[in-house]
Amino acid sequence: MKILVCISNVPDTTTKVRFVNDNTQLDTSGIQWVINPWDELALTRALQLKEDSSNSIESVTVVHVGEKGSEPTIRKALAIGADDAIRVNADPLDAFFTASQLAEVIRQRDFDIIFTGIESSDYNGAAVGGMLSELLGYPSVSAVSSFEMENDQAKIIREIDGGKEQISSSLPLVVIAQKGIAIEPRIANMRGIMMARKKKLEVVEPVETEPMVEFADYQLPQAKPPCKMIDPENVQELVDVLQNEAKVI
Amino acid sequence: MAILVYTEHWDGQFKKSTFELVSYANKLAEMANTQTVALSIGDVEEDNLRQLADYGADKIVSVNQQHLTYLDNQAYTSVIQQVADHEGADILVMAHNNTGKALAPRLSARMKAGLGSEVKELPSSLEPFTVNKKVFSGKAFANVRLKAQKKVLTLAQNSYGMYENTQEPVIENFEPEVTPDQVQTKVEDVEKHRDKLLLTDADLVVSGGRGMKSPDNWDKLEALADELGAALACSRPVSDEGWRPHEEHTGQTGKIIAPDLYIAVGISGAIQHIAGVSEAKYVVAINTDQDAPIFDVADYGIVGDAMKVLPELTQAFRQARS
Repeated sequence: MKILVCISNVPDTTTKVRFVNDNTQLDTSGIQWVINPWDELALTRALQLKEDSSNSIESVTVVHVGEKGSEPTIRKALAIGADDAIRVNADPLDAFFTASQLAEVIRQRDFDIIFTGIESSDYNGAAVGGMLSELLGYPSVSAVSSFEMENDQAKIIREIDGGKEQISSSLPLVVIAQKGIAIEPRIANMRGIMMARKKKLEVVEPVETEPMVEFADYQLPQAKPPCKMIDPENVQELVDVLQNEAKVI
Repeated sequence: MAILVYTEHWDGQFKKSTFELVSYANKLAEMANTQTVALSIGDVEEDNLRQLADYGADKIVSVNQQHLTYLDNQAYTSVIQQVADHEGADILVMAHNNTGKALAPRLSARMKAGLGSEVKELPSSLEPFTVNKKVFSGKAFANVRLKAQKKVLTLAQNSYGMYENTQEPVIENFEPEVTPDQVQTKVEDVEKHRDKLLLTDADLVVSGGRGMKSPDNWDKLEALADELGAALACSRPVSDEGWRPHEEHTGQTGKIIAPDLYIAVGISGAIQHIAGVSEAKYVVAINTDQDAPIFDVADYGIVGDAMKVLPELTQAFRQARS
């Protein structure tokens, strides 16, 4: 059985974002790039599944759509423990473009379980996993907070509004992961970093796809007025302002 | 041409968020000078279906088949697409909850429709079709142009009000072509937190961080939440430590919420936490550290010990109520 984990390359979550060219482009200067947090949790779960020998998983491959500049992030995934990597050499123009490239990679090779994160922390589209499964005609389960294999069946917990569902599915399957799929992302050790340099990173060229969405321009949120401080000895004042000023209670 | 809105139900009932969604779809239909068609999948009584017309649905399509009781992404995508084709709908609207996030991208790919996800407002223009959405987890916003003829929009939770606009609806049953063997994911068990106010639905939220010092101190937070009728939330370290269940984790990788009031107690306000609550209308911060970044985003702040402030505050709210 083979697992594929789709990873996105995003600014570190502590980044203060800025825009250039009349607010039409992200200012990438000084940005630290990382694996998208949900993808990193999915990768961690994929590696745990492989380590459990009862699952007979041969390999965990990572795939990424991005230009050469994103290779350090791919190497990080290899250092954490992925066996090999594929990079589709293209700027990920929108979610549909990205999903189309990933679908092509999957059509050319055989994977049984495909993991994606539920969204990326940059464009917050929550789209690639669903689009990818539709393009492939595969079943998908979204908002997955637990994933196990039992014989040839996937045993999944899906988070729903106000509860959870226990789901079983045959493979192949697209698993769209959220928090809970793994508790903490795995961190690379020195040996992993050394080994990652020797692992295979295959570069493939994109298939022609017309994006459906265009990001026209960006705005930063308006600054909030300063916080009104309330005397801790007089909490009654807080009740008053919430009732009469904010009118939220 | 019509606007099709997928109205999810919970045990046969709609929620406030459903009516907000229909209100949004109806305003969009007005802009585009067309009809609002609501689609319900599952067993919902006619009286409940009729509620959708109170918020502007001109037509209500009901699909009720035993094998479609639970969400299967492929089967539901197929049903929605069949209804959209049947109604000639070019624009689909659904909630940006776990169901909408599962279905909207599949529909986008199937119908070659541009996806505008987690929108908060009506489009600023229909030609070109432009919506504004959150990017970089709330650190910025973007105007997004959907270039395809067809569109799928998911509406952010608690972002749009309910607007009554009562219609005399046409109610129609639709029999889609989806066979039981097309349902490939099987729901075997469902666990629901009944009687519990959902964090993502709540107007008022009380949230605790590491400054609460111990899970044993949560009774003080619960007392305040009970007094206010608020839902409970927590910061990431608290759920990582196992002090609270991860369903309560609010922040970039946890739940994104947009309540009217968010009371953050003992939460320093890391940028990832702020990303989860930046849509709250009012933020109250209670923290011992006057330099904590939470005060930069709070509207009202108290520098003080939560153990002392919380019981006093609960008491003050109780008095205000009586």
